[in-house]
Amino acid sequence: MHNADHEKQVNMENLHPSLIKIQAGADTNPAGEAGVSGPGPKISARNVNFYYGSKRALNNISADFSARRVTAIIGPSGCGKSTFIRLLNRMHELVPGSRLEGEILLDGKDILSPDRDAAELRKRVGMVFQKPNPFPKSVFENIAYGLEVNGVTDKNLIEEKVVDSLKKAALWSEIKDRLKDSALGLSGGQQQRLCIARCLAVSPEVILFDEPCASLDPISTARIEELILELKKDYTIVIVTHNMQQAARVSDNTAFFLMGDLIETDRTDRIFKAPRDKRTEDYITGRFG
Amino acid sequence: MKRSDIVQKLGFSALFACMAANIVFLGSIIFFIAARGLSSISWAFLTEAPRDAMTAGGVAPAIVGTFYLTLGAVIFALPLGLACAVYLTEYSPKGWIVNLLRISINNLAGVPSVVFGLFGLTVFVKYFGFGVSILSGSLTLGILALPVIISASQEALTAVPQSIREASLALGATQWETIRRVVLPAALPGILTGVILSVGRVAGETAPILFTAATFYMKGYPRSVFSEVMALPYHIYALMTEGSHPEQQTRIAYGSSLLLLALVLSVSLVAILIRARQRKTYNA
Repeated sequence: MHNADHEKQVNMENLHPSLIKIQAGADTNPAGEAGVSGPGPKISARNVNFYYGSKRALNNISADFSARRVTAIIGPSGCGKSTFIRLLNRMHELVPGSRLEGEILLDGKDILSPDRDAAELRKRVGMVFQKPNPFPKSVFENIAYGLEVNGVTDKNLIEEKVVDSLKKAALWSEIKDRLKDSALGLSGGQQQRLCIARCLAVSPEVILFDEPCASLDPISTARIEELILELKKDYTIVIVTHNMQQAARVSDNTAFFLMGDLIETDRTDRIFKAPRDKRTEDYITGRFG
Repeated sequence: MKRSDIVQKLGFSALFACMAANIVFLGSIIFFIAARGLSSISWAFLTEAPRDAMTAGGVAPAIVGTFYLTLGAVIFALPLGLACAVYLTEYSPKGWIVNLLRISINNLAGVPSVVFGLFGLTVFVKYFGFGVSILSGSLTLGILALPVIISASQEALTAVPQSIREASLALGATQWETIRRVVLPAALPGILTGVILSVGRVAGETAPILFTAATFYMKGYPRSVFSEVMALPYHIYALMTEGSHPEQQTRIAYGSSLLLLALVLSVSLVAILIRARQRKTYNA
């Protein structure tokens, strides 16, 4: 169903009601002017270049990600969107031979300066990955893990947080009797919500979603999307997706990447209704990608 | 029938014949050893010391000795080998040096065990002055087991998906926490396989303990790590090459062989059970 719609332009009338309500809310950037919506940037990239060895993957990216808003990053495969999102919590450092130029600011402070601890940063900027990647441990241990490595030793507090995170991730009612079972026995959609719960447990400020529904069926996808809309009340969310319907459904702002360039970033409704760049229009109308 | 079907039939028949030949070989080893050894096995054989110039009595000191030597080897080689594997797979920069090390370690596994025995004699027995003892024998056997443990651990660690390492790091865990709490538990079944393999090899080795630990006969049990010991494989060797009553000795040698076989199999069984339990917990 999703794929069949790819060819057509996204119909904005079908947007999730809560999305429209929030967009109508108090923004520093009133409707009509070009520019992203939201109460000011939580994360900003400034002149970011990124290299795998000698190959340049991102060209001079500058973008703002509004606090408590969902920003979607869209673009065809290989455009650098996943590469970019992994810079925001410094996961790119796991790739040997990679190099980053420029600044990435979290609350106005550079996250890349050498005296900043990557582990500390990642507690504040959580990540949900493309494929569900629960630990080969029990459901409970999966969530308790993040608390434990962050120095929480109080058993009652851990238990409380586990329950709380599962509730926030809309998973509690389904698996409250299976906390001791292996997380690998859950369905794909449940595993992905468990990964979201695991991320929520360490109380991040920002959550990065790297194509979180790429391996899920439509029903599980809908659940995750509902969850993202719920979570944006408290968290700043950046989501990479190559499903444009998904971007339209869940995001307030959208950034369009193409071959390592950031072509355009704007409010989602304007990106899909009236893109300023011809290449954006070509992509969202399905002429390529 | 089509030509391709006939070729397929022939191919599978050939494969089946090879498989059957293997079963026959393995089965006949067990059959002959059991047939000749079973008659010597008794409670006394398991619990008594040898008597009457090795022609009667049991092999209890040799069982105990083999147990100590194997245990000592694992205690020495497991932490060392595991640490080495963790460093090579998780920390060291990838490149030709690591590849060279990996190849060298694999080659070390192919070095004849008598060479390890000579090394142990020179280094542990003479240079460190441990004498012919459990300690020298365990260390020598440990070095013999190291390559097996290292390469099995490396394989097990490499098989842990990168995605769960990323998941752990993304939660704010350090690399060390990730290794200790996520990667090692997930790799444990594979690491245990390495330990099983090495225990089997170590328990059955004769050459490395020939000059470093084993004695032909002792009255009681070893008192400390500096005592000489009897060991099953060496006991079998001694029974077949020394002494003046070849007939009785051969019978006891087969009994000891059967025992050694059963011992190695039961160690493997225990490890397989642990592994199965681990798999059940981790892989749903």
